[in-house]
Amino acid sequence: MANAALDPHAAIATTASGVETGRLTTADGKPLARALARSQRRARRRAFLLVLPLLAFILITFVVPIGQMLQRSFYNDGFSANMPEVSAWFARTERGTPPDEEAWTALAADLTASAEARTIGVVGTRINYDLSGSRSLFTSTGRQVRRGIEPPYDRALQEIDEKWADPQLWSTMREASIPVTANFYLAAVDRQRDAEGNIRQVEERQQVYVMLFGRTFWLSAVITALTFVLGFPIAHLLATLPMRRSNLLMILVLLPFWTSLLVRTTSWMVLLQQQGVVNDILVWLGIIGGGQRLQMIYNQTGTIIAMTHILLPFMILPLYSVMRTINPSYVRAARSLGATSWTAFRRIYFPQTLPGLGAGAMLVFILAVGYYITPALVGGASGQLISNMIAMHMTDTLNWSMAAALAAILLAAVLVLYWLYDRLVGVDNLKLG
Amino acid sequence: MKTTLILSTALTGLAFTATAQEVNVVSWGGAYERSQVEAYNKPFTEETGIKVNMIAADDPATPLNAQVEAGNVTGDVFDIEVSSAIRLCDEGALVEIDHDSLPAAPDGTPATEDFIDGALQDCAVANIFWGTVIAYNTEKFESEAPTTAADFFDTETYPGKRGLPKNPKRTLYLALIADGVAADEIYDVLSTDEGVDRAFAKLDTIKNDVVWWEAGAQPVQLLADGEVSMTTVYNGRVFDAMVAENQPFEVIWDGQYMDMDMFVIPKDAPNPEAAMEYLKFATGTQPLADQAKYIAYGPSRKSSADLVGMYEDGTTEMAPHMPTSPEHLENAVMDDPEFWADHDAELTERFNSWLASS
Repeated sequence: MANAALDPHAAIATTASGVETGRLTTADGKPLARALARSQRRARRRAFLLVLPLLAFILITFVVPIGQMLQRSFYNDGFSANMPEVSAWFARTERGTPPDEEAWTALAADLTASAEARTIGVVGTRINYDLSGSRSLFTSTGRQVRRGIEPPYDRALQEIDEKWADPQLWSTMREASIPVTANFYLAAVDRQRDAEGNIRQVEERQQVYVMLFGRTFWLSAVITALTFVLGFPIAHLLATLPMRRSNLLMILVLLPFWTSLLVRTTSWMVLLQQQGVVNDILVWLGIIGGGQRLQMIYNQTGTIIAMTHILLPFMILPLYSVMRTINPSYVRAARSLGATSWTAFRRIYFPQTLPGLGAGAMLVFILAVGYYITPALVGGASGQLISNMIAMHMTDTLNWSMAAALAAILLAAVLVLYWLYDRLVGVDNLKLG
Repeated sequence: MKTTLILSTALTGLAFTATAQEVNVVSWGGAYERSQVEAYNKPFTEETGIKVNMIAADDPATPLNAQVEAGNVTGDVFDIEVSSAIRLCDEGALVEIDHDSLPAAPDGTPATEDFIDGALQDCAVANIFWGTVIAYNTEKFESEAPTTAADFFDTETYPGKRGLPKNPKRTLYLALIADGVAADEIYDVLSTDEGVDRAFAKLDTIKNDVVWWEAGAQPVQLLADGEVSMTTVYNGRVFDAMVAENQPFEVIWDGQYMDMDMFVIPKDAPNPEAAMEYLKFATGTQPLADQAKYIAYGPSRKSSADLVGMYEDGTTEMAPHMPTSPEHLENAVMDDPEFWADHDAELTERFNSWLASS
């Protein structure tokens, strides 16, 4: 610091002699408090510059992509951007207005322009999301209007396909003429709008998402409970065994943890399938007959077994780190004061493991809720989770808006759980390692 | 809206900096990619000096869609399914292809007549036909072997688990064929609610005996492990297992589901001229016939069919393993991209709902 006036220590030294003026100032007469704040601000700015790359990294690779993906769940301009004239007509008229001559003219003009620009597929896809079976109406009409179309347009379009007169189609187009829509969220909870715009449940045979959300949370809870039951004694052993033996045990916990997820999943397939190792042993021992081999994989059981195994270390490690710090003399004291071993465990030992248990349960549950590859491989039909639907919409149906809506609901549900956890247990009590 | 995708594709884009002497081809990987490298790429590079970079994807339509969405296209030629080709063409993502510019057959037949019906689309040219067929393990049925699609649903006479893919497109048709619907009426029946109900009712009869598969390699594995006694499978994969790995499998061609793979060029491809040159070369009579030496998929040109000879082992005649050979086409269902563009989403939801209910 070449400039003494900006050096806070120098400033204090100067003003110490000027106390009688009643106000602390620096050598050049500025108030001390302000000078101090300024120099601290500079230090803070420098510190901020240090973390700036990390911040930019998180912003670019995490916040922005997730934000953009979530935006798709309520914003889809596939129709409105490519059909401007008929969208304008919808904006001018009330819901339920039957299409007049102006509407038909606008529709014909938009269809022609969109077919020329080869965006008609985008338009059809958008409408097909809400009204199944209408995509080809747009693409085939597009092919015909490119060859030319004569007024009156209402008759001309209905001659190409009578579906153009369907009020449900017009109602769906009206919905799509505004890019901001809640329809993807409605679809994600098995709801849709009818021709009058009322929200109602989809037919029972089409309902799938609500049930899958329920199943995802239920299975995640079961898996969390199982990892607790299995992991707690192991973590306790790890924490209390002599160093050499606990190290060996630790390696047995960590080795699978470091093994590829796919390898572990496929080895469960080898073990559990009907012609697999477990069934072979059971048949060899004569416990079951050759004809009654157990179905332990390609169903919910397979998903639970494989995921419990894969997520087990996430429960054991936080528990272990907490248990190691628990002083054994507390339990000894309780015992010496007459507590049974069960009471000592229940009232002294177990409460001290809660921070580790909370962290482990949170980790396992949140990971399980978003699990995708394991249920896809070993889940069969009954072991599928909501993440498999999200993947399907991302890669097969290419309905990214729907995938985003499903993912947003999942994210919101996890945040609510996190908030509940904070209220009940307190996030400060989390101990991850 | 699009910056993320731009960023992510920019990262992959770094992998190949384009020069005029290269063409990036995105295909499906595995044995199929190898057949394309041998039959198309090597002679193409020899003739033109243009280097071909092969990039593998689970379904090349997915990266193509992402690249178009991001406005940063890095692949020049994509090998995709018909339904994807038609959809992306309708969405304006693909270059239109002048069919008259494609090379004629050796005997002078113009390309427009040489290609099998449906193999030429506005923006796409088919290279192969492939079938989804039923295959069974011969060791499981030593006394009486199944022969028809109906036998697939008859678990009394032909016991054992069944393998089926976990999607409506390649399951509903099979149920209808087994229920007695003629192959050319499948889509008429599936267009009605009663028809869909009928297909699901037929599937209900074996629901508890089905092991569902997703990736193309799975059914072969399930069959080899003895986990299922019969499964549907892509014909090239099962051929590979039967001939290259000597597995005791047999194929039932009744009710095979035919699909095409097509070459497309996206708009804004980095090397459009080289891409078009590659496309024309690869869909020529000789390269298409050569490809059948490495994998049992049928060439899309009539003039290639006669040139198909032996498998690369030199002893296996390829013709009886081709999905396009006349006796296999008798009860074959052709893929209908228009139907699936309209109804895939709806039927997939109903299918998932059906799967989940017990």
